[in-house]
Amino acid sequence: MAEKYEIKETEVWDGNYAISQALRQAQVDVVAAYPITPSTPIVENYGNYVANGYIDGEFVMVESEHAAMSGCVGAAAAGGRVATATSSQGFALMVEVLYQASGMRLPIVLTVANRALASPLNVRGDHSDMYLGRDSGWIQLDAFNAEEAYDMTLCAFRIGEHLNVRLPVMVHQDGFLTSHTAQNIHPLSDEEAYRFVGDYKCVDEMLDFTRPVTYGAQTEEDWHFEHKAKQHKALMDSRAIIDEVFAEYGKLTGRTYNRVENYLMEDAEVAIVALGSSVETCRLAAEELRAEGIKAGVVAPRCFRPFPFDAIREALKDVKAIACLDRSSPGGAMGALFNEVSAALYSTQARPMVTNFIYGLGGRDFAVKEAKRIFMEQKAHVDAGHITTSIQQFSGLRGPKLGFFETKRS
Amino acid sequence: MQDQDLCAAQNRGVRELGAEKLVGWDEVQQGVVINSFDGDATGIVHQKAEERVYSDFNSYTATVASWRVQKPVFNIDVCIDCQNCWVWCPDSSIISRDKQMLGIDYDHCKGCGVCVEVCPTNPKSLLMFTEHTELDAALSGWPEKTKKEEK
Repeated sequence: MAEKYEIKETEVWDGNYAISQALRQAQVDVVAAYPITPSTPIVENYGNYVANGYIDGEFVMVESEHAAMSGCVGAAAAGGRVATATSSQGFALMVEVLYQASGMRLPIVLTVANRALASPLNVRGDHSDMYLGRDSGWIQLDAFNAEEAYDMTLCAFRIGEHLNVRLPVMVHQDGFLTSHTAQNIHPLSDEEAYRFVGDYKCVDEMLDFTRPVTYGAQTEEDWHFEHKAKQHKALMDSRAIIDEVFAEYGKLTGRTYNRVENYLMEDAEVAIVALGSSVETCRLAAEELRAEGIKAGVVAPRCFRPFPFDAIREALKDVKAIACLDRSSPGGAMGALFNEVSAALYSTQARPMVTNFIYGLGGRDFAVKEAKRIFMEQKAHVDAGHITTSIQQFSGLRGPKLGFFETKRS
Repeated sequence: MQDQDLCAAQNRGVRELGAEKLVGWDEVQQGVVINSFDGDATGIVHQKAEERVYSDFNSYTATVASWRVQKPVFNIDVCIDCQNCWVWCPDSSIISRDKQMLGIDYDHCKGCGVCVEVCPTNPKSLLMFTEHTELDAALSGWPEKTKKEEK
């Protein structure tokens, strides 16, 4: 039986420490991990708890991230609650197995400290790894600060393990900006946290010897499509369960989350859509501009997958100009947020003006001043009645101004 | 000469792969998790293959004989029951009972020839023939023991 870990009502934890505590409280059966910056302290702290007797579950050190996620798949198929952590290159190495996990409907929790992808090598936070996971069939929750990283991790188990969902869940936080920034955190007691997460409910577990099962079957063109469609439907339908779990967590903690977090959006004329720690930066910028009479607001998808098309459309349908901020090099396209938000808004009558900013790559700083400038640019579009810049621009980039695609509307 | 349906339960190799009843996305098994057996499988490890109730999605009930170009033929008169072929066969297609080699499961053998390679007798107790060769024809032309070469 695990030793009792003393925690106070208010703790000063960074995102990584907060997540390691959430994993401890969820009484995970198996953590298979291969540490990588900036997510290393999640498994480092967890390893500490194991060594000091605070964990009953197994901790498996493996030889790569591919092996880490493979170990998680095996343990989850066997019938255990399973979690791990990674970042960047490690995430990239896991990708093959991420698709296996979601296709096998194994509710593994993967906590990701978001970091840029090489080349050039970079350890700082951007969203390249998070975006790499966006078609993998996982639920992707995004935390904007350390306390939210703790909260999302506990919620992730509840959501993924729900019998109507049974899908793996990623909990994202910004590398260093959130993972290494210590803040006041109000954790649940071990008892409250475990009561919220609940006992793991086995489904088709391989360790049930009365009913041997095969995982990882091959399906060709006669079966594959039906299985992928069923999986996609489970992911789309998980939206209602996510709402339920967030509501219950809100009752328990007073911290209520939504699949889309709106800030000052009631009467907003211009808006920024962003993910990660930049959301708080944009909120500060919106507050300052409100004082100057600019009706600015911020829309932040808490849930990146399944993408909340419904709630995004509702939040932005009356806004006139919207900037979508993508912290990932888009590789010959518009940023993912721009694409999803534009798709959500295309079916509205108003079809507001939407532009795209690529920003903050490799941890490039994004400050309130720049967020305000972007808001003001949206205001300029509104005043002119059309988009006055390139549709895709780069924010915080040195050198000649870089932009792509011009508007055809005027 | 071996019985072609050696140790076969009624449902061994009864369908071609992919001949399962096709159902819609709402009826497929979540996570493509497939039952190996129908019903409670407690203690099934102690039963022989032909005694088990394999599910329709177990490879036991499918035949993949059509994948084979060459087949191994087993000659019981030469075999010493060493079990080498049983150990090495990658598709569990050597049928042996009480350490007595009985023959080949032709529903699942892919014709890889490993059993022939590992057979230690002289002449070999397993040899490869083209798929259409009749078993009695194969056995009637079995080679003689080869003499040791003079040094």
